[in-house]
Amino acid sequence: MKPKWKISPYLYILPAFILLLAFRLIPIVMSFVLSFFEWSIQGTGNFIGLENYRNMFVDPVFWQSMRNTFWLVIIQVPATIVFSLLFAVMLNKIKYLKSFFRIIYFMPYVTSLVAVSIVWKLIFNEQTGLANTFLGYVGISPQAWLSESRGIFYLMFSSFGMDLPKYLHGPSQALFAVIIMTVWKSLGYNTIIYLAGLQNISKDYYEAAEIDGASKGKQFWHVTVPLISPTTFYVLIMTTIVSFQTFAQIYLMTDKGGPLNTTKLVVYYIYEKGFDMLEMGYASAVSLALFVLILALTIFQKRVEKHVNY
Amino acid sequence: MNRFLSIITYIILALFGFTMVVPFVWMLSTSLMTQSEFNKQETLFIPKEEYYLWKHGGEETRALLVMDKGETSVIHLLDEKLNIAEEYKEVPSGELALYKKKPSLHWENFSKAWNKVPFGLYFANTLYVSFASLLGVLITSLLAAYAFGRMEFKGKDFFFYLFLSMMMVPQPIYMISSYVLLDKINWLDSYNALIIPWCVNIFTIFLFRQHFKSLPKELFDAASIDGCSTFGMLWRIIVPLSKPVIATASIFSIITSWNSFMWPLVMINRPELRVLQVGLSYFNQEASTQTTLLMAASTFSIVPVLILFFLAQKQIIASHAKTGLKD
Repeated sequence: MKPKWKISPYLYILPAFILLLAFRLIPIVMSFVLSFFEWSIQGTGNFIGLENYRNMFVDPVFWQSMRNTFWLVIIQVPATIVFSLLFAVMLNKIKYLKSFFRIIYFMPYVTSLVAVSIVWKLIFNEQTGLANTFLGYVGISPQAWLSESRGIFYLMFSSFGMDLPKYLHGPSQALFAVIIMTVWKSLGYNTIIYLAGLQNISKDYYEAAEIDGASKGKQFWHVTVPLISPTTFYVLIMTTIVSFQTFAQIYLMTDKGGPLNTTKLVVYYIYEKGFDMLEMGYASAVSLALFVLILALTIFQKRVEKHVNY
Repeated sequence: MNRFLSIITYIILALFGFTMVVPFVWMLSTSLMTQSEFNKQETLFIPKEEYYLWKHGGEETRALLVMDKGETSVIHLLDEKLNIAEEYKEVPSGELALYKKKPSLHWENFSKAWNKVPFGLYFANTLYVSFASLLGVLITSLLAAYAFGRMEFKGKDFFFYLFLSMMMVPQPIYMISSYVLLDKINWLDSYNALIIPWCVNIFTIFLFRQHFKSLPKELFDAASIDGCSTFGMLWRIIVPLSKPVIATASIFSIITSWNSFMWPLVMINRPELRVLQVGLSYFNQEASTQTTLLMAASTFSIVPVLILFFLAQKQIIASHAKTGLKD
């Protein structure tokens, strides 16, 4: 390259760099520092060392928010992967109306989370909501949804007269309602991602499988699933990261993470501690815990990916 | 694929497609009802006005048919507002006639909701913030992507990975500290807080860089011989050749700022600086029992984005699809 370009590259990246330094890097470092302080909303705070972390480890609400978040991720991520792969495979097969379905599936993804949360809160209304009306059509009694604190698996199994141990009760029905809505919202995006991945798989593999006499089902399991796995890992990692950040749904659909804190997710707890209770130092400690968790999971998923990919 | 499988596929796709659309249809339909129509829950969607007219002695009374017994029928008499005025009356069937009126759409809900809180102001704020940060994003991204895509310099990889790693840190992690930071520099409750931190978008930088790298080297050599300056190349060669990718990134940027919620919720307290999403969420708290107005407000808050989406759906879907493919 030309020698006259020697200093100018730095000038070109400077504006982006300054903004990233000021509004990403510094806040990220500050978050770490703040977690060692007792910090209310104004002024300066007192250095209290690891006190915030010590409090966090014995804070039952923190652990509950972690449990809630865990349930959300453990249901939402696989559900998103299974449904979006299924739709993508079907969309990939059909001849007519392909782009029509693509548009319809994608629509929820571009609309604002605030507006759709408001709509879904009404859909899950016990008396006037659409959800209970549709359940009524298939003969299921009205559910309390967003005001039901009992576990979804508990409710399902107890209707068959079965009892589950407490740790298998699952997320509350209220949180399950939030999960349904979130899967609905993100399905279109992930379907599109999968569709692009499927179109990248060479037809030769299917022809070879056909010649070997493999059925459609076998082709799906032994050709599509392995060859689409890079996309699956992308969807897995992105959906996990996004799920951990769930906030607007909780803020808009539930009464402050209720009933009985069963929809209080970590990010909502950070918001509540920081901006309602003005314990910003403590909220920073929780933020950092979340960060470490997301980082660890991402690294773990990347490691697994290396072993699995073709 | 055999026919049977193909039909099943279409049925499943249509069923789930219905699930995707029905919340929007319900939202729109609810926004056009009166509150009492919604509360009565007689129909899921906009009720049709349908009743019988009982003609007797030159008079006409609105009626609800309870049972048709052949010769005679049992009816409830209705008043002007179609509430039941008198129950169980038996009349000759010949005196009854079905009356159907087109469903009345209550568009006034939209103006009521619009005037209830200053949605006009919220729209203006959102537009201002979206376009101001779009301008910032385009400037910073074009410049940075030019350096990353077409120049060699010391520490290029270092900066590149530094940028990349910052993209991996989710926003809620640094929400608290950003608040403290903006408080320290007195930017809370100002447009600055909504615009300046979002004048950079790492994803856009990478999107542009990918595209700039793909441009043929010969173009630049020729321009260089013609005495074109470094910046001139960006402005006269790269930008005109990158219009589609710039358009895509702009749509991304607008939709993201239009829909952003947590940041403006936290950073802004003054009602006159509220953006649409925050205004809508406050409206949700204040008007929680006025379902029809709430649905009207939700409808007009998503319409601009939906219009943008329908106009550019091909580009939007194609570019989202690319985010999952590795290069």
